[in-house]
Amino acid sequence: MTKKNLVVIGNGMVGHKFLQCMIDKGATADWNLITFCEEPRVAYDRVNLSGFFLGKTADDLSLVEPDLYKNNNIQIHIGDRASTIDRTSKIITSANGVSVNYDKVVLATGSYPFVPPIKGKDTDGTFVYRTIEDLEAMSAHAKKSKIGVVIGGGLLGLECANALKNMGLETHVVEFAPRLMPVQIDDVGGHVLKDQIEALGVKVHVNKSTTEIVNENGTVHKMVFADGSELQTDMIVFSAGIRPRDDIARDCGLVVGDRGGIVVNEACQTSDPDIHAIGECALYENRIYGLVAPGYTMATVAADHLCEPESNQFTGADMSTKLKLLGVDVASFGDAFAKTPGSKEIAIKDSVNGTYKKLVVNESGSLLLGGILIGDASAYGNLLQLVQNAIVLPPHPEDLLMPPREGGLSFSMGVESLPDTAQICSCNNVTKAQICNAIQDQGLTDISAVKKCTNAGTGCGGCVPLVTDLLKAELKAAGIEVKKDICEHFAFSRQELYSLIRTHQIKTFDELLDRHGSGSGCEICKPAIGSILASAWNDYVLTPTHAGLQDTNDAFLANIQKDGTYSVIPRIPGGEITPNMLIVIGEVARDFNLYTKITGGQRIDLLGARVDQLPLIWARLVNAGFESGHAYGKALRTVKSCVGSTWCRFGVQDSTSLAIEIELRYRGLRAPHKFKSAVSGCTRECAEAQSKDFGIIATEKGWNLYVCGNGGIRPQHAQLIAEDLNKETLIQYIDRFLMFYIRTANRLERTATWMNKMEGGLDYLKQVIIHDSLGICAELEAEMAYQVQTYACEWKTTIADPEKLQRFNHFVNVDGPDPSLMRVEERGQVRPPFDHERSEERSVVMP
Amino acid sequence: MTQTTIPAVSQWQTICPLTRIIPNTGVCALVNNEQVAIFRIGNEVFAIANYDPFSKAYVLSRGIVGDRQGIPKVASPIYKQNFNLITGECLDDESVSVPVFPVRVIDGQIQVGIT
Ligand code: SRM
Ligand SMILES: Cc1cc2nc3c(=O)[nH]c(=O)nc-3n(C[C@H](O)[C@H](O)[C@H](O)COP(=O)(O)OP(=O)(O)OC[C@H]3O[C@@H](n4cnc5c(N)ncnc54)[C@H](O)[C@@H]3O)c2cc1C
Ligand code: SF4
Ligand code: FES
Repeated sequence: MTKKNLVVIGNGMVGHKFLQCMIDKGATADWNLITFCEEPRVAYDRVNLSGFFLGKTADDLSLVEPDLYKNNNIQIHIGDRASTIDRTSKIITSANGVSVNYDKVVLATGSYPFVPPIKGKDTDGTFVYRTIEDLEAMSAHAKKSKIGVVIGGGLLGLECANALKNMGLETHVVEFAPRLMPVQIDDVGGHVLKDQIEALGVKVHVNKSTTEIVNENGTVHKMVFADGSELQTDMIVFSAGIRPRDDIARDCGLVVGDRGGIVVNEACQTSDPDIHAIGECALYENRIYGLVAPGYTMATVAADHLCEPESNQFTGADMSTKLKLLGVDVASFGDAFAKTPGSKEIAIKDSVNGTYKKLVVNESGSLLLGGILIGDASAYGNLLQLVQNAIVLPPHPEDLLMPPREGGLSFSMGVESLPDTAQICSCNNVTKAQICNAIQDQGLTDISAVKKCTNAGTGCGGCVPLVTDLLKAELKAAGIEVKKDICEHFAFSRQELYSLIRTHQIKTFDELLDRHGSGSGCEICKPAIGSILASAWNDYVLTPTHAGLQDTNDAFLANIQKDGTYSVIPRIPGGEITPNMLIVIGEVARDFNLYTKITGGQRIDLLGARVDQLPLIWARLVNAGFESGHAYGKALRTVKSCVGSTWCRFGVQDSTSLAIEIELRYRGLRAPHKFKSAVSGCTRECAEAQSKDFGIIATEKGWNLYVCGNGGIRPQHAQLIAEDLNKETLIQYIDRFLMFYIRTANRLERTATWMNKMEGGLDYLKQVIIHDSLGICAELEAEMAYQVQTYACEWKTTIADPEKLQRFNHFVNVDGPDPSLMRVEERGQVRPPFDHERSEERSVVMP
Repeated sequence: MTQTTIPAVSQWQTICPLTRIIPNTGVCALVNNEQVAIFRIGNEVFAIANYDPFSKAYVLSRGIVGDRQGIPKVASPIYKQNFNLITGECLDDESVSVPVFPVRVIDGQIQVGIT
């Protein structure tokens, strides 16, 4: 039997997905697959296009594994646009003059950005945001620009604004409608979003219709609006919506919609049964789907249909979205605008926290129909499931919008309550049953295996928390203890390793590996065990038996930077520093040409030191009386202070002195993760003690101790554990608290996460630390006393030992630094070049 | 699987004594104007390029060595991708690999082969 020809026009996200489906189905046995790809490269991840500005390359974004097409005999014409379809003789011709006979065609031509017919729209300095080439052009122009404007305040427009902002431009968004994201969110939501975005420094202009783009010397200069106002700018990006690319379909007489789009049926067939259309060019029931998930569904449907007619059908898709736009969570799902007759709204607008949450419920309040979340979309996954599975709501649906109150029971609709048919991953259309079956049948025990087997979570990633919950629930139901092994080399959790090391007095990694492990270790177990050994015995981290365990930061006692140079942060206890010490830092920075910056932790970072310079720099610093700041270690970082009663008219205690004392007490102490502290001199809390792993706030009568807070990735307030303590008791409690944390926390678990997972939480911690319910407090205090006594500055030890210093040469066999390092000048200092600057003249090789 | 054809070594360059490398760590050597990362695991040595294709920095010699299911490997110190020390293949991304260099210990001296 001869194979039939199937031509796919367009090799974008959906066109590629279609080819992948055909390969997966083994359809290449029956079909010759031929595809036209107008862009100069094969399909790439347009959804993550903005990653291009964050350093992702075209290769990183590519969706096509190298040789995939070749290995499956797919013919691809790259950089060639299909220009005509002759439906009578069934021939397709291309711009480059290729002509192909076809049996079937799949149109996956996508869409193009709509540019409103404004006078001056083609001026130099105007752009659209769709392809890698568009971004390259933008990025080149942005280098000579100060101000950038995005026309269009929809989803894409805001993403584009983020890109402009990240390129350092003063950024404006101009929206024609009275609010941002008019398609997804309502008026109130639009305003909350606008406030949040303006707070981030992007200027938002709504109700603005642009009438003219005025140029100066041939390039964009300003915009004129219908209301007579004007806005100066150096570049403009149009993001005013998309239009389906249906020209080739129109030309060959296929039916298209009134406002564009190639009309398709449930099988994604066009008005010609031999031609299918999928993705953003297809119009189903008068609708264009501008998201990738529906496009992927269409690709699957078309592939199924071509191989076995009467199969799967496309019946529309969910347009729910959750995004982080400029750092603000935005989600819109289901019937967000309450269009269902009789539906009602429940909404909370919280101007204090900048959030807006709205639920749309049916007339009787028993079912959730849709909603909008702005500022905090953490409930999105659960709420969407309630809508999609028509789960009956609790008596007070408004509870769904409230965070669990302290002490109270939180209302949550756990994964258990979802039906098997619930779609968990909408990007890849994976149901709860598919995930659970894969876990059971293949005995999966970790999330990466689940992702690999089911594809769930490999798209936008939004469903990963739900998938993780499912995995946990399944494992629990199967009575499988969730594996806590630290890695393949040790079948123990960090706590277990800690107690093995302590009880058997194990002093080296090799000893532990011999007795309790296998293989030779890895980058997971080595640093973790290095840290435990340090917490237990406080040996110098670079002794030969320990040196190979340390992450590069600990191995070179400095923080590695993206180009392989390091940063130097001397300890400045409590943030207090004399003018003379400041001068020393200044001199060192000047002499070694280090980029200098005040850190968020009340000290000074000197960046860009070559590995061979580190000992020279530290010799100078140690000589002047500085010590290592352990900015590189999982150890105590800073104890921030405020000026306290010494200067401040409100201070009730001497917070600076206490902060210094505490920083000196716990300096160098290694722990499962880094930990931070702060001391404030009164309740005004200028040192931000309540955002620290342990924080102290002065009272009239003594000190209040707060524990388990952090900023960072998931900020959490520290909680009050004891009040009005005198200094001795305060320090005793902190000793116990820290040592208990070191004993029992998991690898890389900060105090907040540690406590959140602890059964009994803060109350339990109080029992252990204040009431000594485990009877271990004396031990904990003794362990801490040992640590305090044996402290030594690692840099001081290192520079005193010539043998150790050998390791700081870049080359083992010749002198001289890493020749690849380069520097660029900026604002009077130097920094590493960005990739695109490497070849430019202003980049210079480092001296 | 990728095929590794080992080109003939035309000359061996002596780098340093084996004892110069702390067991289970690496160093960087300049060989024929190329940066080569040399690792010592026990008394065995391995050599791969020092260039980390992910961070584009010359740093692999400063990674933590170990094994994954018996395969000796190093984890880049910057973004932690692992490289097979025998073949240079990246264990976390099949499409990436780094060059490997012939290396041996003769009379207690480490030598890298120039091809
Ligand atoms: C230099 C500094 C930024 C600055 O220019 O101000 C900084 C720089 C880095 N931070 Fe930070 N953080 C700095 C203050 C902070 C703060 C603010 C503070 O301490 O008051 C926070 C939020 C508070 C907190 O930690 O709770 C902070 C939260 C983080 C996090 C997130 C931690 C979390 O639990 O969510 C990381 C990632 C991590 O540790 O895993 C991180 C990691 C890093 C690393 C180590 C990333 C890395 O691995 O390269 C950066 C090292 C740069 C370097 O080589 O010096 N940095 N980092 C600040 C140094 C303070 C200091 O003097 O030691
Ligand atoms: C910056 C950006 C961010 C986005 N973010 C998200 C998001 O977060 N979530 C989401 O779901 N969606 C997002 N999208 C939308 C998503 O990218 C699209 O839905 C998806 O790419 C549509 O796939 P497609 O294959 O239909 O179209 P495309 O990916 O545009 O592919 C069509 C391809 O066909 C080519 N072509 C057209 N005509 C011809 C011809 N005659 N001959 C040959 N080739 C032709 C085009 O050049 C193009 O390469 C985003 C889009 C952009 C631009
Ligand atoms: S926030 Fe901290 S970790 Fe992130 S880039 Fe800034 S310094 Fe680095
Ligand atoms: S929903 Fe996007 S990856 Fe699952």
